[in-house]
Amino acid sequence: MQTFDLEALGLRKLNSTLHEQVEDTNQTAWEVINPKGSHAIAVGLDTPIEVTIKGSTGYYCGGMNQKATIKVTGSAGPGTAENMMSGKVIIEGDASQYAGATGHGGLLVIKGNASSRCGISMKGINIVVHGNIGHMSAFMAQSGNLIVCGDAGDALGDSCYEARLFVRGSVKSLGADCEEKEMRPEHIQILKELLAEAESDAKPEEFKRYGSARNLYNFDVDNAAAY
Amino acid sequence: MSSHDENGIPHTTPRQSATFTSDVNSDIRRAAATGIYDIRGGGAKRKVPNFDDLLFMGASISRYPLEGYREKCETSVTIGGLHASNPIELDIPITIAGMSFGALSGPAKEALGRGASAAGTSTTTGDGGMTPEERGHSSKLVYQYLPSRYGMNPDDLRKADAIEIVVGQGAKPGGGGMLLGQKISDRVAEMRNLPKGIDQRSACRHPDWTGPDDLEIKILELREITGWRVPIYVKVAGARPYYDVTLAVKAGADAVVLDGMQGGTAATQDVFIEHVGQPTLAIIRPAVQALQDLGMHRKVQLILSGGIRSGADVAKAMALGADAVAIGSAALIALGDNDPKWESEYNKLGTTAGAYDDWHEGKDPAGITTQDPELMKRFDPIEGGRRLRNYLKVMTLEAQTIARACGKNHMHNLEPEDLVALTMEAAAMARVPLSGTDWWPGKPGTGY
Repeated sequence: MQTFDLEALGLRKLNSTLHEQVEDTNQTAWEVINPKGSHAIAVGLDTPIEVTIKGSTGYYCGGMNQKATIKVTGSAGPGTAENMMSGKVIIEGDASQYAGATGHGGLLVIKGNASSRCGISMKGINIVVHGNIGHMSAFMAQSGNLIVCGDAGDALGDSCYEARLFVRGSVKSLGADCEEKEMRPEHIQILKELLAEAESDAKPEEFKRYGSARNLYNFDVDNAAAY
Repeated sequence: MSSHDENGIPHTTPRQSATFTSDVNSDIRRAAATGIYDIRGGGAKRKVPNFDDLLFMGASISRYPLEGYREKCETSVTIGGLHASNPIELDIPITIAGMSFGALSGPAKEALGRGASAAGTSTTTGDGGMTPEERGHSSKLVYQYLPSRYGMNPDDLRKADAIEIVVGQGAKPGGGGMLLGQKISDRVAEMRNLPKGIDQRSACRHPDWTGPDDLEIKILELREITGWRVPIYVKVAGARPYYDVTLAVKAGADAVVLDGMQGGTAATQDVFIEHVGQPTLAIIRPAVQALQDLGMHRKVQLILSGGIRSGADVAKAMALGADAVAIGSAALIALGDNDPKWESEYNKLGTTAGAYDDWHEGKDPAGITTQDPELMKRFDPIEGGRRLRNYLKVMTLEAQTIARACGKNHMHNLEPEDLVALTMEAAAMARVPLSGTDWWPGKPGTGY
């Protein structure tokens, strides 16, 4: 285990050190102490290393992650795991706005609650939130799976495309062109696998699925009121 | 038409309304027939004060000129030296603006890269990600970071020579991109992670930041991902240039791209293009003022775009304080867009060469703004690249001609004092004297 004191050594040194790790590095386990809410911690990683951040992070922790596993023992600020490509980001506490925004792949696990716009414009990422999510989550979500073990706020899935949204609790309201969908065996299987990977004991059968009604995919004047 | 009625009383001359013109009436009829606003490409077509309303005075006794073919007039420009360890070095101060793969065909993007590289300048991706064609053929490629984040990934980010965070576009300040179903081919759909054939309407705001304080953190993140190597530009529309440039610099931009309303778009509402934004001529001086007030003029580079057509436009933009310009529509025309040789085909589409702007329909007879494989075959990227290089060379020679006539041995030495305005409006916007006077509206100390 390599221990890195962020307060003492600074952000540039942290990220450059993590970027220097090659694919077959034997320094696979890293611990970052004294994050103190700093922004852009462990961004742009590109190797299968494990980074544990002991405390809470600011904006964009784990941004554009590829292959690495990043764990935050506290809470995460806005845009955590934004545009993630692969790998895993685990937030033990809560996550602020835009968690997993535009993510193309990988798994984001938030063990607490997530704020508004969780999974905004997601493009293939899988997100599992153990708690609740805020309003406008999965706005313009394109693909991937958003799994919410608690409740969802207003306007879930507004203008979403082909992303699958699973909510176990209540949904305060659905956004434009978002509707409840049939749960089929393949969806149960997706839930089973992702819930297990996210260490949630929720049962797949307890969830409802939501997704695009596909009424706004091509402009129709009769749908103008929806915009 | 009879001049008198059946009783011999003369008709009055039929009079067309200045309010309900034939253009307006056709707009109304089209709206009534379709129920949807008009969508088109290009920039503002309305007449606005522009660089044609300015003149250089040239040298005389008080200032001496440089020999046209003997004395050097430098054109190089360095962009992004403030924070980036690898700033962009350009041979000429004319860059190619961001245009997406999707809006343009793959061969058209390749031609832009070929032409720009041959002329010693940069080209720019667009709202659709980076294609191997344009990366491979562009010696200096600026990678746009847009609200949609289509195709955005860290591998391409690290291949870029600069990153351009797009906040706004001159054709549509406050609007997102638009790519209608006709152009969402299999390849475009895959790159954008969208179903084929849908109308794709990009977000107008970035998904993970709002406001200048967030932008500063976003820039920090991008610098950390790319190791502080490449410059980070911020592109804004000509909305509130003084404040937008101030905030972009405060957020840590290495360069600001400022786009006036004549700047083109692949597709958006006509009402947006014609009624939102400010003319390019009007936005440059407030932007330069902002940089000067911050002590950042020439440290943070200003790249001006929106209706730049000739070396004269380049020289005028630089005299008013820009470090470089960017061209989009003009580059497409150089490639062959709206060429009269396709006139009969434009006629079939209900238009004429020079006026064709339904780029979103994907039926471009010139094979440039299309994803139709048959139409794309009409466009040769090697020939297109050669034409663009020629055009860029001509623009540069023209700009040098003017600069030498003003006695400047570098394009950056052009200054507002070299210019006069032909109209009151242009004088006020450019803050240079009305020709034959020493005055412009708003000149400090004049009481106006």
